[in-house]
Amino acid sequence: MKLISIITLPIIVLFIIIYGSIKKVDIYDSFVKGAKEGLVTSFNIFPYMISMVFAINIFTKSNFLNFIFKPIEPILNNINLSSSIFPLIFLRPISGNGSLVILNNILAINPDNLTSLLASTIQGSTDTTIYILTLYFGSVGIKKIRHALKAGLFADLMGAIFAFFIVYILFS
Amino acid sequence: MINIIWAILIIIGIIYGAISGNIASINNEIFTSGKTALNMILEIVPVLVVWMGLMKIAEDSNLLTKISKIISKPLRFLFPSIPKGHKSLGLIASNIAINMLGLGSAATPFGLKAMESLQELNEKKDTATDAMITFLVINTSGVTLIPTTIISLRILHHSQNPYIIIPSAILATTFATISGLIFDYCYRRRKK
Repeated sequence: MKLISIITLPIIVLFIIIYGSIKKVDIYDSFVKGAKEGLVTSFNIFPYMISMVFAINIFTKSNFLNFIFKPIEPILNNINLSSSIFPLIFLRPISGNGSLVILNNILAINPDNLTSLLASTIQGSTDTTIYILTLYFGSVGIKKIRHALKAGLFADLMGAIFAFFIVYILFS
Repeated sequence: MINIIWAILIIIGIIYGAISGNIASINNEIFTSGKTALNMILEIVPVLVVWMGLMKIAEDSNLLTKISKIISKPLRFLFPSIPKGHKSLGLIASNIAINMLGLGSAATPFGLKAMESLQELNEKKDTATDAMITFLVINTSGVTLIPTTIISLRILHHSQNPYIIIPSAILATTFATISGLIFDYCYRRRKK
């Protein structure tokens, strides 16, 4: 598994270069042209990123999530779970770094208990929905995103609910 | 929708921060958030520039069209609005494939290129198309076969078996993606 993830990228790079050479493409010119486009794209993304990080960091720094999820702690303790799982579910689609910090704190206590297994599964069940939507729609200047956010968040929620069941079936 | 979420995050953050005596760290955050965003961009830019360069080669040598033709059959039915042989399908396929291997940051340039070429097919430039939404549903629910970051964190904390979460994560992410696609499909049908 580890080897696959290390070796994939170099192979892809090698393949693209060799294929381009065989097809007699001006590979150097093409690369520079593409790199330029990459810079333009990064430049377009920047303001969207600032706006999202601005709001999300103000929200997370206020500790509002801890306040919200404190009352249900006793119920969760009954089924061998820690209440730190809920901030994780909530933050997962909003901030990749934020949810990784929470996962890290959960794993630090005991990486093999039920809460850790569930937290790892939830973290892996989805990606940072709001970040991706901001990045991808921002890069082409789309402002009316229709039902993209609803569909993305719905998928995240279903993933988290399913993670509960699957972790209980497999590990408890 | 994004307007409302954005406003709510800030309003709750500042008001609750003030009530709970956290206002000093919020005060800090207002300007440091720009720096955080800049750091994130600085992490993305080098990857983006190198990959966009490589992809241009793949594009100019018609490699992308080839890949598109191979993978487009299973993907076709999810994206009925993309014309046959259009390069966006190849880019979408590449993005999904690299994401599956857990190489998230290397997948992003393909995804951005895919958005760009989907935008060429778009008639209303400020509004998302059906194909864009379907693509992003697949992307945001993150079909990952090897969750590299999580595994490395588990190793860091001396887990007895850091890889044990792979099957449960794959099942959960597959279920999430399918739910998202069903939601997307139903939503579109209802609006028509």
